[in-house]
Amino acid sequence: MSVKIGSTRRQRRTSSLLVNSVLILLVLIWSIPTFGLLVSSFRTKEDIQSSGWWKMLPHREWVQVEEFKTKDLDPNSVMTIEGVSGTFKEFRAGVESPDGTRVRWVGNKRRGRIQVEKRQWTMRDDFTLENYNEVLLGGSVNIKRADGTVKAVHGEDLSDAFLNSLAVSVPATIIPILIAAFAAYGFAWMKFPGRRALFILVIAMLVVPLQIALVPILRDYVKLDLNGTFLAVWLAHTGFGLALATYLLFNYISSLPRDILESAFIDGASHFTIFIRLILPLSVPALASFAIFQFLWVWNDYLVALIFIGEKKEVKVLTMRLADLVGSRGSDWHLLTAGAFVSMILPLAVFFGLQRYFVRGLLAGSVKG
Amino acid sequence: MTTSPLSQPEVDQPPPSRSRLRETSLGLLTSLAILAFTAVILYAGFIFLRDSKAPKLVVAGVAIVWGVAGVALLYFGANHLVEQLPDRWTALLQPYIFVGPAVAILSWYLLIPSFRTLYISLLDRTSENFVGLQNYIDIFTQRSLISTFRNNLMWIVFGATFAVIFGLLIAVLADRSKFERTAKALIFLPMAISFVGAGIIWNFIYEVKDISVPQIGLLNAIVVALGGTPKAWTASFQPWNNLFLIVIVVWLQTGFAMVLFSAAIKGIPSELTEAARVDGANEVQIFFRITIPYIMGTIITVSTTIVIFTLKIFDVVIVMTGGQFGTEVIATQFYRQYFTNRNFGLGSAFAIILLIAVIPIMIYNLRQFREQEGF
Repeated sequence: MSVKIGSTRRQRRTSSLLVNSVLILLVLIWSIPTFGLLVSSFRTKEDIQSSGWWKMLPHREWVQVEEFKTKDLDPNSVMTIEGVSGTFKEFRAGVESPDGTRVRWVGNKRRGRIQVEKRQWTMRDDFTLENYNEVLLGGSVNIKRADGTVKAVHGEDLSDAFLNSLAVSVPATIIPILIAAFAAYGFAWMKFPGRRALFILVIAMLVVPLQIALVPILRDYVKLDLNGTFLAVWLAHTGFGLALATYLLFNYISSLPRDILESAFIDGASHFTIFIRLILPLSVPALASFAIFQFLWVWNDYLVALIFIGEKKEVKVLTMRLADLVGSRGSDWHLLTAGAFVSMILPLAVFFGLQRYFVRGLLAGSVKG
Repeated sequence: MTTSPLSQPEVDQPPPSRSRLRETSLGLLTSLAILAFTAVILYAGFIFLRDSKAPKLVVAGVAIVWGVAGVALLYFGANHLVEQLPDRWTALLQPYIFVGPAVAILSWYLLIPSFRTLYISLLDRTSENFVGLQNYIDIFTQRSLISTFRNNLMWIVFGATFAVIFGLLIAVLADRSKFERTAKALIFLPMAISFVGAGIIWNFIYEVKDISVPQIGLLNAIVVALGGTPKAWTASFQPWNNLFLIVIVVWLQTGFAMVLFSAAIKGIPSELTEAARVDGANEVQIFFRITIPYIMGTIITVSTTIVIFTLKIFDVVIVMTGGQFGTEVIATQFYRQYFTNRNFGLGSAFAIILLIAVIPIMIYNLRQFREQEGF
């Protein structure tokens, strides 16, 4: 008996080791892309273009320890330098000696140099905050060109776009939640003709792709002269998020204990009072979870903004400006990286701050079966 | 979960007296005043936002307050109005105050546009002449357009499958691990990143440089270090280059799947797994015989959500390749035909095809809902 327990325990230990190592591997793979961006956003334009971001991590690399002229060497025969011998061609590629150094011929045959290199642990530490200065404040940066001249490259001021994103996202998060909460309460606790049919409509709209609506709505907006206004984008996000919001909130609100509502009714409270005083406070977890979802969705949205804001520069949101940068300044990686990180700050903060709610409320809607 | 609506308890009502009538008309006036006040605020705010040259911060602040308060006031005013009416009318109309706005907005933004887009798709490129099904025939006969569907199919098959598999795998592993919270947070993190941002991030993986200079894309750096030549991942190997775009979405969506699976797994009664262990089942058997069947509902929900999501995929393709190199999908085709080529008919036809593709899922949803709720 005791033997068996021992072996089970050993089994458990190996399986836990396996579980943890696979998990760590997956987490690493998942984190590498974002980490690469974070590191890159602190590097200068030239650095980003000339070496991989992983060079900023400690790594082993050939480091030059000595350098001398090639005067008394004949590149057309086999040469012996620093105890290793080889032809010119071999030295151009680098010849390694048994003690771990590498000798390399740099330059052409007539005017070359000999570099002696050793493999060492190094890491680069030339980080800069300049990129963030550029994308947040629109500062310019001096770029040294290959020929030695200096050229000033203008940054991109994304702070306006940041505020626009905020002005779009906050109402586009709260308005649909408010409307959906009213509707969810109506469907869950009120009796009226057409209740069933209208709710089926909501469920059906859950999967309708928003692409279908872009053109007709755009035509309406042109008629109403709404294009390029915040209101236009709020309403669009409200329309496209409402089905899911109503569905999730209905699931939550309809499962609230009936007794509470009934006793409030007997005390003479109206539907409106019950909704404001009782239902809304009780539904905070569900409201918060959908709020996070909708906020992330709106903040990160590109398509809806692209269509309904269009070319109006003063209301462009972050994702649009970033996409513009990719298109127009695709080689300015230093701006793209910092810009991308600026655009992630708020959603990441919201997500990590309210993570608890996110999971709990989503479950109210989707994990039932 | 079945609910039946509450109705206002029948209370014996005194016959309406003069004073009550006066009260009613006073109340009506108040609520009309509230609504008028709301209208003024809404209009003034709209004009301010449209024409204002105030600092950005002020405009953003006003926009937020105006938008949110406006909607709240509208509900309050409308409800106030309805509550002043005789009780019978209140009971009849109040539900529509609650659900009306939602239904109206959904109709304006999704229901009616479906029919309008259907109609436009039957017209020619400038919406002037009726051409019947010509746009659909074009889509299914032109080779360059057919590849769109092949790509979307790849997105659904590979994108949804891998997101679900990885989500499930990570959820199961994290459940048995000591650092569950950290692992889950890190896997979930990409969910908070926009597709545009993700596109920039993945450029540092896929970027290709000439072999003579150091690679700055991670994948090519690995390939070169192993002695290969750098590849343009998102442009060559058509149609398999789509897979490199799909990887990005798997990376983004796995977190979503994982969170839901993880919660479902925690809902499995521990007696069940313990009993299985006592009976000598190993972990693999427990996974396939208990975990999977128990969370089947969640697996279906998550799969459906991700399938719909990948069907509508747009941003990743636009940012990474712009639809070039044979990576066009339905949503990008729609955008290209409609906004670049100005072919309204063809663009709308693509949108309708997208709708038809989700109809089975819609029907499934409705059936599922009817079974669950007995609404």
